[in-house]
Amino acid sequence: MKALIAAASALALAGCATTGSASSGKESKNGDDATRFAAKTEAEGPFPSTYSPYPGEATALVGATVFDGAGERIDGGIVLFRDGKVVAVGASDVSTEGYRVIDASGKFVTPGIIDIHSHLGDYPSPSVPAHSDGNEATAPTTPDVWAEHSVWPQDPGFSRALANGGVTALQILPGSANLMGGRSVTLKNVPSRTVQGMKFPGAPYGFKMACGENPKRVYGGRNRKPSTRMGNFAVNRQTWYDAINYANDDDAKRDLGKETLKGVLEGDILVHNHCYRADEMALVMDMAKEIGYRVSAFHHAVESYKIGDLLRENDVCSAIWADWYGFKMEAYDGIMENAALLQQAGACVVIHSDSEDDIQRLNQEAAKAQAAGARMGIEISDAATIGWITLNAAKAMGIDDMTGSLEPGKMADVVLWNGDPLSVYSRPEKVWIDGALLYDAQDPKRRPVSDFELGQPGEGDVK
Amino acid sequence: MKRLLTLAASALALSAVPATAQDVAITNATVVTGDGSEPVEGGTIVVRSGRVVAAGAGVEVPAGMQALDAGGAWVTPGLFATVTTLGIVDVSAVSQSNDTRSGGSPFSAALDVAPVVNPNSQHMLVHRAAGITRAATTTMPSASIFAGQGAIIDLDSDSNPVTRARAFQLVDLGEAGGRIAGGSRAAAHVLFRNALREAGRYGDAARIPGGGTGPQSTQARDDITVDPRMVGQDTERSSDTLLTRFDAAALVPVVRGEQKLYVLVERAADIRSVLALKSEFPDLDMVLVGASEGWLVANEIAAAGVPVLADPLDALPTGFDQLAATQSNVGRMKRAGVKVGLNAAGISSPRRIAQQAGNLVGLSKVPGATGLSWGEAFATISSVPADISGMGGEAGVLSAGALGDVVIWDGDPLEVTSVPTRVFIGGVEQPLGNHQSRLRDRYRDLDESDLPKAYDW
Repeated sequence: MKALIAAASALALAGCATTGSASSGKESKNGDDATRFAAKTEAEGPFPSTYSPYPGEATALVGATVFDGAGERIDGGIVLFRDGKVVAVGASDVSTEGYRVIDASGKFVTPGIIDIHSHLGDYPSPSVPAHSDGNEATAPTTPDVWAEHSVWPQDPGFSRALANGGVTALQILPGSANLMGGRSVTLKNVPSRTVQGMKFPGAPYGFKMACGENPKRVYGGRNRKPSTRMGNFAVNRQTWYDAINYANDDDAKRDLGKETLKGVLEGDILVHNHCYRADEMALVMDMAKEIGYRVSAFHHAVESYKIGDLLRENDVCSAIWADWYGFKMEAYDGIMENAALLQQAGACVVIHSDSEDDIQRLNQEAAKAQAAGARMGIEISDAATIGWITLNAAKAMGIDDMTGSLEPGKMADVVLWNGDPLSVYSRPEKVWIDGALLYDAQDPKRRPVSDFELGQPGEGDVK
Repeated sequence: MKRLLTLAASALALSAVPATAQDVAITNATVVTGDGSEPVEGGTIVVRSGRVVAAGAGVEVPAGMQALDAGGAWVTPGLFATVTTLGIVDVSAVSQSNDTRSGGSPFSAALDVAPVVNPNSQHMLVHRAAGITRAATTTMPSASIFAGQGAIIDLDSDSNPVTRARAFQLVDLGEAGGRIAGGSRAAAHVLFRNALREAGRYGDAARIPGGGTGPQSTQARDDITVDPRMVGQDTERSSDTLLTRFDAAALVPVVRGEQKLYVLVERAADIRSVLALKSEFPDLDMVLVGASEGWLVANEIAAAGVPVLADPLDALPTGFDQLAATQSNVGRMKRAGVKVGLNAAGISSPRRIAQQAGNLVGLSKVPGATGLSWGEAFATISSVPADISGMGGEAGVLSAGALGDVVIWDGDPLEVTSVPTRVFIGGVEQPLGNHQSRLRDRYRDLDESDLPKAYDW
């Protein structure tokens, strides 16, 4: 543990170093005594990540079945990582000299699991009203809010996602009460005292939008616009027009919400659009063309299978559950074959959780969706199925050049499973994030326990 | 209880063995009997007149009986899902289709789910296709801590879903119960005690029948009898009463121990308080539902002989009543001698019960955790909930005399990748199609070159 503490102090120093530009907030013009004020610009990156990897050992996982996340499978493979990065992935001819060798024969290795849709931290446990920080449901568009300002890093859910689910990175989204819910944040699943200590360095921001029943119900119920689906589109389009005007106006007063919308128009912020129905997704894709932005992924897209061709042509991912259905009208046509039919159509599939429970078993959900495809004759390899919860999620989140697959130079976000991860009987045995061992089933102390759980019944228990 | 059992058993016999029951022998099967034992390969199951005759290794196919070679496939009893809302809701967020809560009703304990169970609900069809052949279904607490009376149902395709009406009463004595009762667990406890005392007095005064001594019930339909409590003698009641006459009548068999009382409770301290009710109302026949912190008081639950329907994978302190939640809860209670089945209400859809059970097997490989063996895990979704539901030996098992609820699977039934290929309920093979399978078939391809998809059916 001492090593970790040392690293934490190094981190604190690094954090100070990056705040050097704060002095620019107050400056005096030459020959003018009037003091000018200026907040940091978006480009200067307020609330910067203070995360840096914890120390790790150079490690060789030897003899495992490796799914690399990018669609390849290596039987009896070797995965090497050191200094936080993947060094090599290959067959038995890879030299392990200089590495601590872990015999992984009979076991499986995957990249760290990535959940593209989580509310951990902004709807944390215990789920009491005082913790309900995921929906700024006071106006139908709130592009000005940032999910990271709601994330409670002490949410015990992060540790369950790590230990039971092998989750190493996740996107925390605002809720879906609003047409435009606000900015998401992508986190490394590392325990931290602050959300900045979890922020995934270099990850782009996301922008949460929502179609359909939720916004019209929430605001229609208050006799406000929107109360219909056409109202949803009207409010969205006018808001985008206003954002375009803002982006084109060099003299516009700074506007927090419109800065986010401008970031979307510029392609720096990725749109994640909660949308269930096929017909609505088709309309959203046309709205995106009208305005000039891209949808990165439709989330909860239970009807994507009806428009796999359109989704492929528009290069939009579907972030979906394996088997949720029927809990609301727009989820009535959910089927377990959704993922497989999309894969067959050549469209991008991501399996997501939207749940503090399912995030602990994304591997099982992926397996369920794969099997549903196999039953109707759509054969999808195990390696490709693992891609649904690793590299495909990373792509839709814009972090695929850093993580999501086991390739030399990428972050050493790695899970060693005690069996086939596509089986209900398997669990993570060890999880590394940037090469640091942060969960070990064999070491009772090598698991995070949040502040909230200290001194409570079950502290440190195998959960 | 005897009276209800007698009635229910005869109703059961009527509905469970329709004329189309097939006599069938399934050979070359990996047989799971559901009683907690491990699977047996190369086994045979014989079903005759809607009932299991024999199941296991070394069972002979009776002469002249149709034999079905399973080709080594897994064959199990039908899964038993409890506690659910199957058949009383189409879309939970569409209130018109959702009969699970009755917050505006003047009644609570008297609510009876039996007349409103819809055998054509898509959830019934979808869950049948997932291998669930029987379930407990009930309204949920809303206006009162008492939810009303749940039924035991089957998921077959005939028009009579209810095999046992008014099988249990459901009450919330946990965190939510406290809110409903007026804002405090203390209010829930005094409300509960008052209700049971009122019911006890009313039962005697109104000469509510019980213990097999009452008048014969009237048959309303083939399978549902008019509740004799609701036609009890009219009687003067004190003005100091909180329960309506019907609610008081409904609780009479609860206080007498003739109807099971399912108690929603999570926190260890709350579980202790519920167990202590037995000293005040010694006849209560209770089942704990939820019990996330049950492992902390497992020995006390075992000593009280109270069974538990537990939420198997709760691992988070989702409230202050579940701080000690762990997936090892079921395993630890089981090791302490508690009878534990899985609660199908604690998961997003009851069709995930097999996945939940499978996870408990996987858990047994995790150091420091307590899981279940495969056979034990399967029993938590078959024989144990059947037994708790008053159908011990009748359902959830493949043994001589049990109902012919038989499921043939395309793989290990606890694996997330497996589904049933054939489902028999009461010896009758069931259709497995539903809205979802029709959508799957329509959208197998997206070709509309000849006609729109609307013509593809």
